[in-house]
Amino acid sequence: MSDAARTAVLRDAIGLGVAVGLYGVAFGAAAAAAGLDVWQATALSMLMFTGASQFALVGVLGAGGSALAAAGSALLLGTRNTVYGVRLVPLLRPRGVLSRAASAHWVIDETTAMAVAAPERRLARVGFLATGASVYLLWNATTVVGALGSAALGETAQAALDAVVPAAFLALLWPRLLRGFPEAAVQRRVAFGGAVVALLLTPVVAPGVQVIAAVVAVALAGPPRRREGAA
Amino acid sequence: MSDGTLWTLVLGASLGCYLLKLAGLSVPARWVEQPWVARVVDFVPAALLAALVAVQAGTADGELVVDGRLAGLAVAALALALRAPFIVVLVLAGGTGALVHVLA
Repeated sequence: MSDAARTAVLRDAIGLGVAVGLYGVAFGAAAAAAGLDVWQATALSMLMFTGASQFALVGVLGAGGSALAAAGSALLLGTRNTVYGVRLVPLLRPRGVLSRAASAHWVIDETTAMAVAAPERRLARVGFLATGASVYLLWNATTVVGALGSAALGETAQAALDAVVPAAFLALLWPRLLRGFPEAAVQRRVAFGGAVVALLLTPVVAPGVQVIAAVVAVALAGPPRRREGAA
Repeated sequence: MSDGTLWTLVLGASLGCYLLKLAGLSVPARWVEQPWVARVVDFVPAALLAALVAVQAGTADGELVVDGRLAGLAVAALALALRAPFIVVLVLAGGTGALVHVLA
């Protein structure tokens, strides 16, 4: 592994950490808007440490959802990381229970992307660890900033924050809908179905359950036969 | 929701998410590489995120509501379509929400 390649990996890792830090501020603010205190928001970033699940949890709470609906949404999104882990095993080759348990905490979108993109196995390991450290530090620091910042807001600023939260979710969703993402047309259909089902069910069922219902309904109805997407 | 319930949720869901990560590093690959697992992983995020966008922007207390959040969402969608960076999207959405609040 050359020094240049190693430097490039470290630079990318820090860049990713900074980019993710922006989302950390948004997450801290969304958590505060949903009624979590700064300790709870930080505990989520330190212990759950998987952005989409954290956003989903506070999103469901913010919409008045039950704790079960919030946990269910977070876990559904967390299944992604299980698949990432399978891809990472041959690259990281964790030895023993401790190494496995420690590596697992940093198995997220960004670390997997860096490890999988690395040209050789040792660089994959460096990429995983450097990205994990960089994202972990900045994600937690900026969560605190967002959570504390939003607590100091007045009424107009609160209205601004209320508008920022759905926009942040839309920004997370957006890349999945663009051409270039695998099966983007199906993704758009599923997203549209999820939104419509959630809105239709909102006045009928207990708050928050609509989010789960939307997922179940779309997961059952939306995905097409495999051939269609493969064509 | 009580503070105790919130803490239980925070810690319990965090543990669950950690175990999902650990499972990927621990179980045989063929257990995870099932077609239905792939479907869930590929498509649940789109449905869930879209449902959250809709509920966060268009409802309050179990009813459909139109207010500054929807205006902010429309501006955010426009900004995303024009490939604005994340922070710009959020600032524009927040500014729109605040403006509607002041005018309404």
